[in-house]
Amino acid sequence: MEARSRSFYVLAAFFGLYVLFLYGPTITIGLLSFQGPGGGLTFPMRGVSLHWYDELFQQQAVGDIWGAWRRSIGLGLMVMVTTVVVSVMGGLAFRKRFAGSSVLFYLIITSLTIPSILISLGVGLIFSQSGLDVHWSTSAFGAQLTWTLPFGLLIMFAVFNRFDKSYEEAARDQGASSWQTLRHVVLPIIAPSLIGVALFGFTLSYDEFARTLLTAGSYNTLPLEIFGMTTNVTSPVLYALGALTTVFSLVVIGLCLGLVLLAQRRRARAGSDAGKGMV
Amino acid sequence: MALPRSNTATGWLLASPLTAVLAFFLVLPIVMIVIVSFWGATEFSIYPAFQFDNYRFLFGSAVTWQVFGNTLRYAVVTWALTLGIGFTVAYFLAFHVRTLTWQITLALICTVPFWTSNIIRMISWVPFLGRNGIANSTLLSMGVVDQPVEWLLFSDFAVMLAFVHINTFFMIVPILNTMLRIDKSLIEAARDGGATGPQILWNVIIPLTKPGIMIGTIFVLTLVMGDFITVRFMSGSQSANVGRLISNDVGLLQYPSAAATSVVLLCTVLIIVAGLLRLVDIRKEL
Repeated sequence: MEARSRSFYVLAAFFGLYVLFLYGPTITIGLLSFQGPGGGLTFPMRGVSLHWYDELFQQQAVGDIWGAWRRSIGLGLMVMVTTVVVSVMGGLAFRKRFAGSSVLFYLIITSLTIPSILISLGVGLIFSQSGLDVHWSTSAFGAQLTWTLPFGLLIMFAVFNRFDKSYEEAARDQGASSWQTLRHVVLPIIAPSLIGVALFGFTLSYDEFARTLLTAGSYNTLPLEIFGMTTNVTSPVLYALGALTTVFSLVVIGLCLGLVLLAQRRRARAGSDAGKGMV
Repeated sequence: MALPRSNTATGWLLASPLTAVLAFFLVLPIVMIVIVSFWGATEFSIYPAFQFDNYRFLFGSAVTWQVFGNTLRYAVVTWALTLGIGFTVAYFLAFHVRTLTWQITLALICTVPFWTSNIIRMISWVPFLGRNGIANSTLLSMGVVDQPVEWLLFSDFAVMLAFVHINTFFMIVPILNTMLRIDKSLIEAARDGGATGPQILWNVIIPLTKPGIMIGTIFVLTLVMGDFITVRFMSGSQSANVGRLISNDVGLLQYPSAAATSVVLLCTVLIIVAGLLRLVDIRKEL
């Protein structure tokens, strides 16, 4: 291996600084969430305690954090399942290059690039003008899908661009129906990427703020609740909540990555070894 | 090429849930916003009408032009910074990190903060940049300044810092994706031909990375132009962009005027995106 050049070290240092910039604030609130009972929103630390986490689990004077958290999880799961199913169907549809598909493609791009507050405003207006009540499980659900579906579809496009069609041809040659080909050949092959789509669907929904703002109605989701807290809570409780939701996100990501690894290992075991020997 | 009919039927059948969602939650809301932008409003309610008052007021107000200018300034500065940082980071990962495992690990490290809430990430800057924050105490103890620097938090500086913090990720991923597909033999050929490092970067790598740069640009520009919460939070309500103009009107229940501003913002964003899409074929690049 050739020796590292000087530019490697310069770039590595730049990368290190970038990562520090990325994590610095998060680490700061992580530390400050363990602030002692007498401490404030900034350093110095006045002792170390779990006081603010404890406070978080007490009855809150304002708002309903845990209710909001449950709603966010429920909504996240709904969005996740819908995103996976609709993206896979959409991805399969786009493989056929059907007439009118480019119109649909530009709609997806519009959905991705439209400012979130416009969706919030538009959906809110439709519901209020037609006399319906906005609710997190209806209007907010739909509004969030306009954000998660484009991501899901872009991933599916990338997946199907790399998909080897000869697997399907082989299945068809063996007499598989198109449903059997899909069920026993295509879906198992794309399964690891579907975990990725699910992860995107859940976390984008779980963190979504702007598209939910005018569409969630009287029952807040967690980001809305946290936003409300920023205006009237001025204690490290905010940091404790921030640290806790960050840890929760990390656990979800960790679980998903574990699932991907598991799926890949399983596939490697169950897959054929054709073409691997005697080369 | 003529498309077989059955393809079209199955295609639309498979795409029907997608089409339904986009029709009801994307197209219909846009249509609604356009309609309402011609409506009138009293202090307490809005009423159907067909008048151009909202637009006349919007274009006649000096504030509008200033706020749109401000929005573009945020977008351009954030774009330049995220491009510089994003390109350098992606370049390091693609050409200086040698094994795929390390490339994936380091890329994942960059993506982790993206998975947590924007609002939490903005709150996180307060103990850093505040009057008694880490940045100020460091500067004071190093003797660089005698008094706490006031413009670190609740300023344009803070807004741009947060924008760069949140959005660089959207630049790194598409650029890295294109860079990893560059055939390494092209670089070797350039080196064999006697090109220097900067020449290879400028004449080989940058042209081949353009599609990734374009996709990243679309993401960053549209996210910054559509934002309203970062500007509100990080500027401490001292600066405005178009998103805040809209959300303020919504807060005052002035929906028609919010809708008119939205229409103008949407047109601006879509024109920019359409321009950028002429330079790159997204479907080919995925």
